[in-house]
Amino acid sequence: MIDWAHFVELIPLGLLGGVLGLDVVSFPQAMISRPLVASTMAGALIGEAPSGLLLGAALELIALETLPFGASRYPEWGSASVVGGAIFATYPSHPAGSMPLAALAALATTWVGGWTMVKLRQRNAVWAGRKREALEAGARGSVVSLQLRGMTADFIRGAGLTVIAYALLAPLAAKCVKLWSADARISRCVIVALAASVAGGAAWKLFHSTAGARWFFVGGLGVGLFMLFLR
Amino acid sequence: MPATERPALPFRTRLGIFVRLLAIQGAWNYETLLGNGIGFCIEPALRLLPGGRHSPEFHAALARESRYFNAHPYLASVAVGALARAELDGEPPERIERFRTALCGPLGSVGDRLIWAGWLPFCSLLSLALFGLGARALAVVGFFLLAYNAGHFALRVWGLNTGWSHGLRVASALGNPVLRRGPQQIGRLAALATGIAIPLALGRIIGPGRSLLGLVLVAVALGATVIVRLQGRIEGWRLSLVLLAAFSLFAVLR
Repeated sequence: MIDWAHFVELIPLGLLGGVLGLDVVSFPQAMISRPLVASTMAGALIGEAPSGLLLGAALELIALETLPFGASRYPEWGSASVVGGAIFATYPSHPAGSMPLAALAALATTWVGGWTMVKLRQRNAVWAGRKREALEAGARGSVVSLQLRGMTADFIRGAGLTVIAYALLAPLAAKCVKLWSADARISRCVIVALAASVAGGAAWKLFHSTAGARWFFVGGLGVGLFMLFLR
Repeated sequence: MPATERPALPFRTRLGIFVRLLAIQGAWNYETLLGNGIGFCIEPALRLLPGGRHSPEFHAALARESRYFNAHPYLASVAVGALARAELDGEPPERIERFRTALCGPLGSVGDRLIWAGWLPFCSLLSLALFGLGARALAVVGFFLLAYNAGHFALRVWGLNTGWSHGLRVASALGNPVLRRGPQQIGRLAALATGIAIPLALGRIIGPGRSLLGLVLVAVALGATVIVRLQGRIEGWRLSLVLLAAFSLFAVLR
């Protein structure tokens, strides 16, 4: 029996995943695909923006490590954050396993998303190869159509990935949330510790070669910890 | 100083180029990288060549500009402006080719350091600090998008204008203090923001686990050290995926 409500829910999520997947590289790279934004938007679509933001912040800490340098291969956070944010937002009371499972869904999707981006880039090269003669002749139509085809394919890639990942992982997460046996505090601490560790490692990687940056970091850490314990 | 007296670029053409710049990586691939995107962005300017889009000069220029090119996507606007000017000024093709080759490296490395290693993490961490201070979803997301894109769009507009103004002499403009000293200054500020943001964000995400905060802070210090030590062997996000999967299996199957 087809669950039509679930199917209808997939359409806006797929469109959002497509738009945010497109933003990662192709258009317009305004960083609406960052987890902080993408997960919040997915949460808002489900009617729970604060939940989306909470997961988005955890994912953003992890995403600090994977910045899109040059032609390097990196995970695709846009569509993945939509999947994670939407899954977490379906549990407004935040039961014990909901955040780790939503983060796991997002991380798994981001991995597959990175692979699909590599495949798309290879496909773009094939399309460009087929039009080599026209490009060498300076055919305007070929230049424009290659660009539009690449962007359309990227949108379809992001939308398809979001729909497939959500359709597979949301029901799986629902089953796992029911079976989850770990304590709620421990569950939340695990995801927080992992995310903050990755962010700490990423910060070192980014700033350790900048003169004086470590002192700025230590000063900031003092302020941050002071404010944390005040709250 | 401008290469020669600067010809006017019609507003409509400039707007067309700018909008296309946002899609410059639309056909990014491992063979020509940004090449097709450069041709795509310059095409509105090439229509101003004598004879318009059906002339041999237009086709020759478009073919030349659509070949291999690599740069940071935002700073590619400098190349697009400069190359458009060079083509419309009728510079010799071999000079344009040499210029394209010489421009790839600096525009890539400066952009990576300024944006990917500086401005993006800085804005992201400031937004996380705001989140940690209890700001609502709209405020956090709105702040991030406005702050980041103020820099993003300003850089693209500056790049296009600078490239167009200087043409093949644009290298001197790359000595701009923002490009030379910006990455280091932003790096320091981002390091400060990292120190503030991580504990604050952690404090809000942890929710029911706050009673275990001390333990979590110790775990974070150890975890970050391990990730730094493992650098080059495994990435932190992959490690997180594996550990989270193991923890989830344990919590579900126990």
